[in-house]
Amino acid sequence: MALFSKILIANRGEIACRVIRTARRLGIQTVAVYSDADANALHVEQADQAVHIGPGAAAQSYLLADRIIAAAKETGADAIHPGYGFLSENPEFVEAVVAAGLVFVGPSAAAIRSMGLKDAAKRLMEKAGVPVVPGYHGEAQEIVVLAGKAREIGYPVLIKASAGGGGKGMRKVDDPDDFADALASAKREAKAAFGDDRVLVEKYIRKPRHIEVQVFGDNQGGAVHLFERDCSAQRRHQKVIEEAPAPGMTDEMRQAMTDAAVTAAKAINYSGAGTIEFIVDGSSGLHPDRFWFMEMNTRLQVEHPVTEMVTGIDLVEWQLRVAAGEPLPLDQSKIALSGHAFEARIYAEDPARDFLPATGRLHHLRFPDIAGQSDALRIETGVRQGDQISPFYDPMIAKIVTHGRNRKSALSALGRALAGTEIAGTITNLGFLGALAADPDFSSGDVDTGLIERHAADLCSSPEPSMAVVLLAALSSQFGKNSGSATDAWDRLSGYSHFNPLFFTQLLKRGESESAVHIAVAADDEFLVRYEDQEHRVRVSDSGDRLRLSGDLVLEAGIAHMPGEVAVFQNGTVFSFGLPDPLQAAGDEAGQGDRLTAPMPGQVKIVRTSVGEAVVKGQPLLVLEAMKMEHTIKAPHDGVIAKIVEENEQVSEGAVLVRFEDV
Amino acid sequence: MAILTSDISPGSQEFQDNARRMQALVAEMREKALEAEQGGSTESRERHIKRGKLLPRDRLAGLLDPGSPFLEIGQFAASGMYSGDITSAGMIAGVGRVEGREVMVVVNDATVKGGTYYPLTVKKHLRAQEIALQNRLPCVYLVDSGGANLPNQDEVFPDREHFGRIFYNQANMSALGIAQIAVVMGSCTAGGAYVPAMSDETIMVRNQATIFLGGPPLVKAATGEDVTAEELGGAEVHTRQSGVADHYALDDAHALALARRAVRNLNQNKQIGIALRDPAPPQFDPRELYGIVPTDLRQPYDVREVLARVVDGSEFDEFKANYGTTLVTGFAHLHGMPVGILANNGVLFSESALKGAHFIELCCQRKIPLVFLQNITGFMVGRKYEAGGIAKDGAKLVTAVATAQVPKVTMIIGGSFGAGNYGMCGRAYSPRFLWMWPSARISVMGGPQAATVLAMVKREGIERRGDSWSEEEEAEFRAPILEKYEHEGNPLYSSARLWDDGIIDPAKTRDVLALSLSASLNAEIPDTRFGVFRM
Repeated sequence: MALFSKILIANRGEIACRVIRTARRLGIQTVAVYSDADANALHVEQADQAVHIGPGAAAQSYLLADRIIAAAKETGADAIHPGYGFLSENPEFVEAVVAAGLVFVGPSAAAIRSMGLKDAAKRLMEKAGVPVVPGYHGEAQEIVVLAGKAREIGYPVLIKASAGGGGKGMRKVDDPDDFADALASAKREAKAAFGDDRVLVEKYIRKPRHIEVQVFGDNQGGAVHLFERDCSAQRRHQKVIEEAPAPGMTDEMRQAMTDAAVTAAKAINYSGAGTIEFIVDGSSGLHPDRFWFMEMNTRLQVEHPVTEMVTGIDLVEWQLRVAAGEPLPLDQSKIALSGHAFEARIYAEDPARDFLPATGRLHHLRFPDIAGQSDALRIETGVRQGDQISPFYDPMIAKIVTHGRNRKSALSALGRALAGTEIAGTITNLGFLGALAADPDFSSGDVDTGLIERHAADLCSSPEPSMAVVLLAALSSQFGKNSGSATDAWDRLSGYSHFNPLFFTQLLKRGESESAVHIAVAADDEFLVRYEDQEHRVRVSDSGDRLRLSGDLVLEAGIAHMPGEVAVFQNGTVFSFGLPDPLQAAGDEAGQGDRLTAPMPGQVKIVRTSVGEAVVKGQPLLVLEAMKMEHTIKAPHDGVIAKIVEENEQVSEGAVLVRFEDV
Repeated sequence: MAILTSDISPGSQEFQDNARRMQALVAEMREKALEAEQGGSTESRERHIKRGKLLPRDRLAGLLDPGSPFLEIGQFAASGMYSGDITSAGMIAGVGRVEGREVMVVVNDATVKGGTYYPLTVKKHLRAQEIALQNRLPCVYLVDSGGANLPNQDEVFPDREHFGRIFYNQANMSALGIAQIAVVMGSCTAGGAYVPAMSDETIMVRNQATIFLGGPPLVKAATGEDVTAEELGGAEVHTRQSGVADHYALDDAHALALARRAVRNLNQNKQIGIALRDPAPPQFDPRELYGIVPTDLRQPYDVREVLARVVDGSEFDEFKANYGTTLVTGFAHLHGMPVGILANNGVLFSESALKGAHFIELCCQRKIPLVFLQNITGFMVGRKYEAGGIAKDGAKLVTAVATAQVPKVTMIIGGSFGAGNYGMCGRAYSPRFLWMWPSARISVMGGPQAATVLAMVKREGIERRGDSWSEEEEAEFRAPILEKYEHEGNPLYSSARLWDDGIIDPAKTRDVLALSLSASLNAEIPDTRFGVFRM
């Protein structure tokens, strides 16, 4: 008997595609929902049916509970799978789904509620005998109370949003003098993110590691764990690379942690997939008395594939079975751990600019071939080449998941897979991920949540392109169009001159610096290249979908051409070069200096000045919130404001924020 | 088609010697070309760059499509003339691709005497325009010139084929729909001001380009007004106020991008009206041409050995192979284009001339472009031949050559002497392009023949007066004549005076011919109406 005949997936991107895959295997029809921005998205293409639910902004589409439930009713779906994010942990939504006579693929509203507020969750866990971090989770929010509690707990302390998650409204405070500022800022962020500015204060853990346990419960009161995941590789509380099992895990520690996790799940009669997150003091190995409950995620996690890889269990299938009322498919004793798995999250963001979220069209998107090795390599993605990374949603492009017999082989597989991934059209963290995978501490399993920040300089540095990379970029830009099929002598006799070749100049822009490569055609596919006072004789040939440079310099690399840009892919590093267009540049020159533009897409949170006001250099003019960061836009010079954006306005990258009056 | 065979053995001593001599000539030309490409002196080039200007050859490269062929003309113009340093006559000219279209580009070289027009600069500019007109190629002028070279004004200014003709040509080409685009990248004074003013579309570079009829010194002298060159005729003035120019460019690169944009908007396509084939390389290596041709012009060889290394697949359908055998005629393809080839294989007899005229008629009837491979000492002389009417048969060939309307391209691969030059489409017969090998010789007759004729006349005069003339005296008399003919018959001497469009590397013969022919196909091939053939 089919579990459901049709389910609606109230999500987008890779997770929607992921759920569709399992549903299809189980013979369940799928309904996708989509916003204007996702009209041509992959999840829409893959689903059996798709329903448009509103404009791009999530608040007007993927967060519209009523609209989504109506879509499920219209299409005759029996159940709704929420994916992660959006409505996945919204108890009102769960209630509305159930009230509409549909099944919610996930825990009960009550279970979500009991874990939704962190302080309440911790009290609950404490009562159930699960260790929690020393801290103040009380209702009092007065600064004197909180500061006093902070002193009791002992600095450094952590301020966290009570309703939070994902690092929003979280501040570490080292010094009592900074407490007031940090508190105000955390409360503002919490208010903006969750509509609730209550916070809690906790002890700050030394060499903290983030180890979480995957649990699963059913409606018959059963609960099991599927081992742990280590998500210590974090940047500002955002997970970067996750793995299972945790490095250095002992049987004793695992027993203690999984027992605690199952206890927690049972304490709230948990049903479905959930994750108990623990913070672990890793300062001297793993000890059963040094882990503490942090929070429970009452949904499927982004990083669930690593658990699937080491257990061989399809978590989405389990979710569907449990939601359909079946008992857990396996007893605890039948769930075994095999090998090691990693997941790396590829994001459109710029590591060199403090991970500013990026947008853009994926002009070039190539993943390593997974054919024949689906047990060892998985690519989870919701985009295709040509798709747009829009400012509306999380800019994740893909997850690369690898599995190996042991940590070393899984990690080297991850390195290879990252090196074989080519993305152009938007900036990505691919090079950063590759550097992290190769980081000596990370490689040896010596991880903690501060590792990335400590090694940031190395991990985020962008390597300089080699001479061969520069030449290949220049050559492919000028001579990319192969005229092999042309019949006209003027096409065929490329580079003809009577005696000495004519050198053509290709300008390449990298950052703010421009360099000139001089190229002459020496023979068919053979070039003389002058760059930085050196002359090289090289050949360029196609090698599958890559270009080969041979002769004086040798390189084989992937190449992507985009309007005004060329990208060379070399072992997971992308070198992008702008191709300056004098016509474009001349057009830009007209309007420089009198305006400020948005460095990235985002929302204007606060405007601190107004039209007609005289401002001085360095004065904050407005605060732009983009993704998870607040950016203060300051005056670059003294001037008078001629025009300024409105608060709460959504702006795209390059949009004019402020215009100054002519001097 | 028939595939040519070859009797050459590249291992032979003779071949090796020939190849060595020819390669030495090519190397010498390459060296001379490199010198010419430098333009003016190091100091003047540095001065030019310091002003923020690109060197002329960089301007050319910036205008052309990356990797475009460049069929340069008059590279050795003025070589060894004037002060000896007016390289390429102070101007780069040639056909190149811009936005996928063949365009005639004329670039003043301001590093050579300020880009002023010497007599041969004028001749070169006019030759470039002639090529543009005959082949309907849009013209792009990259202007940076002080105008007429004043010390040479009498040979530059007044005559029909002098400075004024440039503007006459611009007006008439524009009238025929052949685009005229000027990019003013430096000074453009007095008469020169008409190049941009007469153009269809004009671009000026700020702070570099100036256009005025009288410069600041002249204005000061005439009216007492103090004015800078920029105020008087800069890009600002001409694009905002006078309308003399249309586009304001920030720098050279921007100006060249604007010129490319102008070409992009011409809305013209090359319409090739003849049947093309898939191109194929010759079956014999064109580089073997170095070893085939004896550098001693008197040594005969079979011109089919050359053809086998020039035409597609070495395939040559010979016409009238058994008749008039000193002129080889036949059909072949060059980079896919059909061509009718006339190639000398010895002195021209009546039969050869008649065969040539017949073949040209065929090609004109069929609209097949003509290629002349010239290696000719002349028409046969002697009582028998005069009585046989060789003058009349030669005239038939000359008539056919002169009036043929299909594109004609001439390559001088050996001697070019006397009326043979005419019958084989010399400069006076307006081939679309005329190229020379570095081993070629061109003069009214060979040096020894000229010396013999002149010595004979002199001897008759001396002996008429009853005096005697010793062998030694005659040899002394002959020496300077031989030397003069040797000097003046040299291809560089010819190229310096623009009797040809350039000296080329023999191994590239096929490429040069193909680019020339393909460029010529930009113009529709008209019907031919021949003149009266004397029968």
